[in-house]
Amino acid sequence: MKRAILGLALLAMLGAAFAQKTTITYWQYAYDTRVNAMDQLIAQFEQANPDITVKQETFPYDGYQQQVAASLPAGQGADVVQLYYGWLDTWMNAGYVKPLPSQYFDTAALDKEFIPMAQAAKRGGEYYGLPTAVRSLALFYNKDMFQAAGIQGPPRTWDEFVADAKALTKRSGSRLTQEGYGFAPNGQGHNLLREVLIRQYGGQPYSADGTKVAYNDEAGLKAFEFYTGLVTTDKVAELNFVPGDNGYRDGFGQIGNIAMIVDGSFAIGSVKAAAQFDWGVAELPTLANGVRSDFGSFWMNGLTPNAFKDPARLEAASKFLQFVTSESAMKLWLNVVGELPARASLVADPTLSSDPVYGPFIKSLAYSHATQFVDETAQRQVFMDAVNRVILQNQDPAASWAQAAKEEQAVLDKAHGM
Amino acid sequence: MRQTASDAKPDAPRRRRRRLSLSTREALWAYAFLLLPLAFYGFLRIYPAIQSFNLSLHRWHVDPAQRTYLGLSYYREMLTDPKLHQALRNTLLYAAIVVPAQLVLGLTIAVLLNAVRRLRPLFRAIYFSPYVTPAAAVAWVWGWMYSVNFGVFNSALLAWSDFVSGLGLPWLSIPAQPFLNDPRQALPAVAAVVVWQQLGFQVVIFLAGLQGIPRTFYDAAAIDGAGAAQRFRYVTLPLLNPVMVFSVIISTIATLQLFDQVVNINFTDQGGPLGSTLSIAVYMYQVAFSRFQIGYASAVTVLLFVLILIVTLVQLRVLQRRVEY
Repeated sequence: MKRAILGLALLAMLGAAFAQKTTITYWQYAYDTRVNAMDQLIAQFEQANPDITVKQETFPYDGYQQQVAASLPAGQGADVVQLYYGWLDTWMNAGYVKPLPSQYFDTAALDKEFIPMAQAAKRGGEYYGLPTAVRSLALFYNKDMFQAAGIQGPPRTWDEFVADAKALTKRSGSRLTQEGYGFAPNGQGHNLLREVLIRQYGGQPYSADGTKVAYNDEAGLKAFEFYTGLVTTDKVAELNFVPGDNGYRDGFGQIGNIAMIVDGSFAIGSVKAAAQFDWGVAELPTLANGVRSDFGSFWMNGLTPNAFKDPARLEAASKFLQFVTSESAMKLWLNVVGELPARASLVADPTLSSDPVYGPFIKSLAYSHATQFVDETAQRQVFMDAVNRVILQNQDPAASWAQAAKEEQAVLDKAHGM
Repeated sequence: MRQTASDAKPDAPRRRRRRLSLSTREALWAYAFLLLPLAFYGFLRIYPAIQSFNLSLHRWHVDPAQRTYLGLSYYREMLTDPKLHQALRNTLLYAAIVVPAQLVLGLTIAVLLNAVRRLRPLFRAIYFSPYVTPAAAVAWVWGWMYSVNFGVFNSALLAWSDFVSGLGLPWLSIPAQPFLNDPRQALPAVAAVVVWQQLGFQVVIFLAGLQGIPRTFYDAAAIDGAGAAQRFRYVTLPLLNPVMVFSVIISTIATLQLFDQVVNINFTDQGGPLGSTLSIAVYMYQVAFSRFQIGYASAVTVLLFVLILIVTLVQLRVLQRRVEY
C-alpha cells in the first residue's frame, strides 16, 4: 500500500514537471551552417526561457516540402516551420501556415522594423511569418582566372560582362572545358531574368496587383534575347555544363572550371569552403543606362496549425519566433551562416556595407525586389521551358517568350481563381 | 459385442455430434492464419487506395472541415491538361521500349548463361548487381555518364571519331550527342538506364525457367532431327511461356510506375527537358508535393491505377497459353 502511494506521488510530481514544460518543434531544411546557427539560438532561448523546450528537426532540402505535406495533415510535425517565401501562397492555401497572432505580433511595428522585402511575407495585410535573414544576388568571379586573362576587375556593365566571359571561355575541339558564365535557368537564372534583366531593360515582370503578366513587350523580349543569347550567339555558356543539382556552383567553387556565376548570398559559405582560388563578389552589372535591380528572397519562419492547439504552445511558439527574428539572432546568423539581416537597423550598419564579400549584397538590398510567387515551381518551370525551347529546339525567341507569357498567365489565373 | 454406454440405455437415440471434417478444419486454420496478413494488407494497401479515390473528389486542405466536395471536376480537368497528356504518352512509350528490350536481352543472356558451366554463379551475380543498386545512385552516375562535356559516352564517341579519322574513314565517325539535353534523346536515354538496371532480374527468372525444362524434351527433339534453332523455337519458347508472361506483366507494371530514375537523372529539370522524360508518377509527385494540389494528384493516381489494371488484364488474356507436351 505504501509502495503504491509512493509510486503515485512520484508519478504526480513527474507529471507536474512535464506539464510545466512546453515543448515545441522547429523544422528547417538540412544545411550545416543553418542547423548550427539554430542550435546556438535554441540554446540561448532555452536558457532565457527555462519552461520551454525547443526540438529542432531537419530534412534534406529535396524532401522538405513533402515532409510537411505528409505530417501536418496528420497533426504531427512542427509548431514553428521555416518556408521559402515563394511557397507562401501554396502553403497558405493548403492550410499549412496561419497568420501570426495579433496578441504577440504588431503588424504596424513590423512594417517599420523590417526591410521592405519582408512585405512579401504578408497576405491580406497580415504577416504569415518573419525572416531571420534575407538574400540577394551578386556576381561571384574567379580572380585568378581574371588575372591570368589580364582583366582588371569585375565587369560593371553587361557589355563588359560578355566581353570578359568570351575571354574566359575555353574550348578543346568541340568540347567546352571552361565556361565564362555558369548558365543556370533552374538555379538563379530565372530570377536574374525576371527581376533584374527585365527591369533593367525598362520593363516589369508583373502588373502592380500581381495578377497579370507584364513582360510580353519589347523590353521583356530584349531581356530574354540577351539572356538566351549568352548560349546561342555569345557562346559563353552551355546548358548543364556541370551536371547535377547546383552544377553551376560546383563548377565555380569546387571544380574551378566556371569563371563567373550569379548566385545568392547563401552560396558564400559553400564557395568559401570549396574554392582553392582567389575569388571576389561584385554587384550585378547594369546596362549603359545604369539602372540597378536585384532579386531578393528569404526564408521565413511561420506558425503551423499545431502551434495553435493550446494557449501555452502558442505562447511558446510565438516567443521563439520573436527570438529568432530579433537583432541579436540576426547578428549570430550573419556570423555563422553568412546571410544578411532582415531588420532595417542592422542593414544600415556601415561596417557591413564596406565588407568585400557582404558589401555588394548589402548595397543591393536597397534596390532588390522579391517576386510575389503564386506557385514558384510552376513559374520557374515556365521560364526554364522558354529558355529550353530557344536553346534546344532553336525556336524563335519572340515565339517562345509569347508562349511563356501565356503559360504563366494561366498559372496566375488559376491561383487567383479566375 | 462389447457392452458400450449406449447399450445400457437401449431406447436413447444415438446422438451424433456435428463434427467438421478434417479438411474443413484444416481450411479454417489456414483462413485464421491468413486473416492477419490480409488485415494488414487491407489496412495498408486497400484502405489508402480507397482514401485516395475519395481525396480526388475534394479540394485539398489540411483542415478536413475545409475540404470542399468537387465531384468529378478534377477528372474533367485531366481531359484538358497538356502536361498530363505528355506524361501519359511518355509513360506508354517507356513501357513500349523497356518491356520488349528487357525480355529479349534477358532471354538472350539467360540462354547464353545456361550454356556456361563454370563460373555461372559469378556471371549471374555480375548481371544481378545493377538490380540491387539503389535507383537514385544509378541515375546520378548515369546522369554524369551522359554529360555532354564530361561524360564517358561522349568521350568514347570522340575517341572513336578520332580513331576512324586517323584510319582515313571520317565518314564512320559519330559526333558527340546531347543525350539528356535533347528532348528527342532524353526519353530513350532514361529507358536505357531502366533496362540496364532491371536486366538482372529478368536474367535470373529466365535462367530458372530454362532450368525447369526437362532435358528429355530436347533429347526427343534432337532424335526427331530438330536443329538448335528449331529446338529453341518449338521446345524452349513454348515451355518458357509462363515465365515470359510473368516477366512482361511485372516489368510493365514496374515501368508504368517509373519514378526513381526519371527524378534523379536530371535533377535540375525533373521530367525535362521540356517534359520529354516526364512520367505519370513524376507528374503526380510534382502536383502533390511541390504545388500541394493533393486532390488533383489523387485523381492522377486513380488514372494510373486504371491504366495499369487495363494493361495487365489485356496482357493476361492475350499472352497466356497453356502448353503441354
